[in-house]
Amino acid sequence: MKLGLVIDLDTCVGCHACAVACKQWNTSGTTGPLSDYKPYGKDPSGVWFNRIRHYEVGDYPNNKTINFPMSCMHCEDADCVTVCPTGASWKRQEDGIVLVDQDKCMGCNYCSWACPYGARELDRESGTMKKCTLCVDRIYDEKLPQEERQPACVLTCPAHARYFGDLGDPESDVSTLVRERGGYGLMPELGYNPTNQYLPPRPVKQVPTEDVDDRPSLKDRINDWVNQAIPR
Amino acid sequence: MHPALSVILFTVTSGAGFGLMILLVLMDLLGLGGGLRPETLYTAGITSLVLTTVGLMLSTGHLANPKNAWRAFFRFKTSWLSREGVFAVVYYPFAIGYLGGFWLLGGEHNGLTMVLGWLALALAIITVFSTGMIYACLKTIRQWNTALTPANYLALGVMLGAVILAGFAANGSAGVFTAQMAVAAIAVALVLKAIYYFWIGKPTGVTINTATGFTRATVRLLDVGHSAGTFLTDEFGYEVAPGRVRLLRGVVYGLGFILPAILLAMGLNQGGDATLAWAALVSAFLGIATERWLFFAEARHVVNLYHGAQRT
Repeated sequence: MKLGLVIDLDTCVGCHACAVACKQWNTSGTTGPLSDYKPYGKDPSGVWFNRIRHYEVGDYPNNKTINFPMSCMHCEDADCVTVCPTGASWKRQEDGIVLVDQDKCMGCNYCSWACPYGARELDRESGTMKKCTLCVDRIYDEKLPQEERQPACVLTCPAHARYFGDLGDPESDVSTLVRERGGYGLMPELGYNPTNQYLPPRPVKQVPTEDVDDRPSLKDRINDWVNQAIPR
Repeated sequence: MHPALSVILFTVTSGAGFGLMILLVLMDLLGLGGGLRPETLYTAGITSLVLTTVGLMLSTGHLANPKNAWRAFFRFKTSWLSREGVFAVVYYPFAIGYLGGFWLLGGEHNGLTMVLGWLALALAIITVFSTGMIYACLKTIRQWNTALTPANYLALGVMLGAVILAGFAANGSAGVFTAQMAVAAIAVALVLKAIYYFWIGKPTGVTINTATGFTRATVRLLDVGHSAGTFLTDEFGYEVAPGRVRLLRGVVYGLGFILPAILLAMGLNQGGDATLAWAALVSAFLGIATERWLFFAEARHVVNLYHGAQRT
């Protein structure tokens, strides 16, 4: 089994709901509370497993905003596992999830140097490295109903831009999606073989905007003024 | 990369200690330059062990959870950090046996102490090589991902060790030889460092385009997603202004290599001058500490591509 996420860059609206859901779920669980640093202060920071960054692709007027959620890619050739001196960083054989054993980690940061995707963060309160667990405590939890045995970020996404499944099974939903949409992994030239795949934006004909008249007529302007003046 | 003071001091100090032992064993067992007086062997040997020990203890200073540090020896098969730890510890019995056996035999060597000495030399080289490999094996930092990294760690460790040895052996029979050996070691280290600085000027193929998968358009960061810093920006976002880099490289060349070489060469006429040699050591230490600081500060981790850098 090669469990991982598929993230649709075409549909993601960059609302950060997945980041919040992840932060909330990990208030307890396998990796314990994710520390916040000065959460009510001037420059609040903290440990987050899921981070969404926003990029502008292309040059105006042919540009596009891409919202890019990133968390641990659970790579097949995860160097973060290779370089760990204590053995705290390990990849599960049965499902390929990469985890950090909080009892063994000595907080040397070496694994975060090895990760090209910035998946690992040091938690200053515990002194250990923490990262996305693929909600391993949710997906195998017998007490949850079957539909809820998915990562918190996947369940919460309002745009349904996140998918979870077995990317090692070519007939699974996620593998089919990747195949049909031309999904890809990030920075393939480094050789980490990330399991998480990203679906590129669908090619869409640009809607012409030259014929839009941005000067409303007098009738429309009176209409708008009346609408705003009458309290509803 | 954020330069951690404890890692800088650790690698410079332990490298000097191992480098000193390497040259000590070579001079002693091969009788180079007429060999060393027993007193010189003891003082230099003990200094080497003290430097190595202090260095290794300093290395635990960068750990956020040091109570698990003892576990760092257990992934010898895969982790260079583990390998460095194991080799460093295995080195001690051989180094102590070599020096201690020499002392117990009243200032002489027998077959056993000679073998222990050669093994100490081999382990010292392997340990410094492992230290360099901790950085060189990372594909995420192109400035480090080259064979020049462990080569430089070895060359600089041997260079510092050579300058220390010249200080201990000055005004003695081996004064001229050790001073010349130090100048030669400085020359080699200078050339390797210059090659390294030339090498890291060349860009590679990882860009913001391959990092995001959009290889057919320009990609720019619009919003990084957090209003304050994060672990990633604190650890990997450190950047030095290009003018400051040039200045500090000048300090590395000047204080680290050129001034010590001049000071040592000045003492050659008197058969090696101890004051000049120790002055050379202070200058070299300052220069190489700067070099190590630059080694970290000039490193650009690929995660910076996600924070807006176009390439590293």
